[in-house]
Amino acid sequence: MSAKIWGVLAQYENPHTIYKACEQVRDAGYEKWDACTPFPVHGLDKAMGAPPSKLPWVVLTVGLTGSALGLFFEAWAMGSAYPMVVGGKPLFSLPAFVPVWYELTVLSSCVTAFLANWIMNGLPRPHHPAFNSKAFERVTDDKFFIMIEAEDPKFDLEKTKALLSGAGATLVEELEP
Amino acid sequence: MSHHEIKKPEDITIPPSSFFAKLPMLGGILAVAGLGATLGAMFGEHKARAAFSYLFAFEAVLALGMGALGWLLIDHSVRSGWAVVIRRFIETIAGSLPVFALLWIPIGLIGFHELYPWTHEADAIIMKKRWFLSTGFWYFRAVIYLAVWAGLGWFLYSTSIKQDSLGDKPAERERLVHLIRKVCAGGLFLYGLTLSFGAVDWMMSLSPHWYSTIYGVYFFAASMLAFFAFVTLVSMFAQSSGVLKTAITAEHFHDMGKFVFGYTIFWAYIAFSQFILIWYANLPEETEFYLMRLEGGWEYVSYALPIAHFFVPFLFLISRHVKRNKSVLAIGAVWTLVMHCVDIYWLVMPNYGSHGEGHTPHLEVSYLDFTALIGVFGVFLAVFGFLLNRNKVVAINDPRLPESLAHENY
Repeated sequence: MSAKIWGVLAQYENPHTIYKACEQVRDAGYEKWDACTPFPVHGLDKAMGAPPSKLPWVVLTVGLTGSALGLFFEAWAMGSAYPMVVGGKPLFSLPAFVPVWYELTVLSSCVTAFLANWIMNGLPRPHHPAFNSKAFERVTDDKFFIMIEAEDPKFDLEKTKALLSGAGATLVEELEP
Repeated sequence: MSHHEIKKPEDITIPPSSFFAKLPMLGGILAVAGLGATLGAMFGEHKARAAFSYLFAFEAVLALGMGALGWLLIDHSVRSGWAVVIRRFIETIAGSLPVFALLWIPIGLIGFHELYPWTHEADAIIMKKRWFLSTGFWYFRAVIYLAVWAGLGWFLYSTSIKQDSLGDKPAERERLVHLIRKVCAGGLFLYGLTLSFGAVDWMMSLSPHWYSTIYGVYFFAASMLAFFAFVTLVSMFAQSSGVLKTAITAEHFHDMGKFVFGYTIFWAYIAFSQFILIWYANLPEETEFYLMRLEGGWEYVSYALPIAHFFVPFLFLISRHVKRNKSVLAIGAVWTLVMHCVDIYWLVMPNYGSHGEGHTPHLEVSYLDFTALIGVFGVFLAVFGFLLNRNKVVAINDPRLPESLAHENY
């Protein structure tokens, strides 16, 4: 039985109960699980015990790299590959490069933040087992959901269900893959 | 989502033996020592030098007050909630603005001729500008600036104090909140105009041929930056003086750090915008400003500013962990304030000795720069400390105080 299902889905009525429920799931030691809410519930990442995001480090690294490459490109293009005197200034004129240098830094950081955000969140994701659930449709309206995957080492169908109901779930469903 | 009701802070009066209680006396001692030495020199043979040192000190400290005023006007206009817990400090800085009318007297009445070449020089360019750079009009404008700043600053300070005693009259309290917001919306216009013209009149007209349309914004950026670094330190000293020990949290310091960080970028953006237009156009009447700052030792300051006033604090403050750690953030705030002084020094001082035959500016730090800064800052500190000790250190009846106490960055 437990080999056939993907996991369990539990529905909660409001941000307070899902916040408390997340704390209980976190304290029970589950790892492969997620919470879905119609709007951002502040502090839910803390209740879920989510580690600090690695996104800033990715953005910093790629941003600095893009910044250095951008400046190098300008110096190479204007200074040696296609030398052109503009306004009587020297070929390598740092002040003239700064606006473009700055924009390239911002561009590389922003594009990295956007793409890394998608990759780290596993997006795009056209299908998810939770989409099989009729109840889950209201996640974009007024219901709050926690789902725990069967692959989680702590997963035990009856115990997991009991935990979720005990935390105040108004509905607990099994999800097929 | 941690929606438990947070109790209002109770450590809101400054303990008599704390550091904050000694601020008026400390400021007074600094003021007497610093101003005594500076003003003494101003009546002696180093009159011009003392006048320049004094102008530098005046503008550097005025920036704290102007930053506080500008930020309060914005804060009330947009109904910001997070900063209510530290707003009384800011209001007290703004409430100290009237004293700058007194501090201005040595500039306007003693050092006037030594500072501003247009008062006694008359070439073709200056004659064209005479309608604006004339003694009478200049004094008239100065009175308006100082009156507007003192009026707005004192209004924001005293109205907030009034709310403290209206704990049982919510309707009256609400009326004051709305009154403040209305005054702030209009005050923003007055503030923008007076700050810009003040910077033009008192600093840009040091070299009367030169002009830069972004100069007022430059001083605004410097003011906001210095003010946020200062209020960060004030909040830290407040906690070590035994007030608001738990009310000001890492969340508030995080936000103050963000503002220091943000205005560091803003300052660099404005400073570079001014530079690149002048550098690109390469017009003789505009390049004067940078040329005189690229000789006689000033070139080191000119090259150091973008590095030490932008790149270093930018990379230092970029991390969330730095902004949330009080003692590390304090390093950033002190660094920013020191660099702010260097920045204003760089704006004012090269003009000393740059006018007249055969004079070129050269960097020569005088003891008068330090005495002036100590003296003017001492006066400001004494008034700030005096006003701070008279009241509760937090606007305890502000309707948005609970929001501020519960503030969290997500």
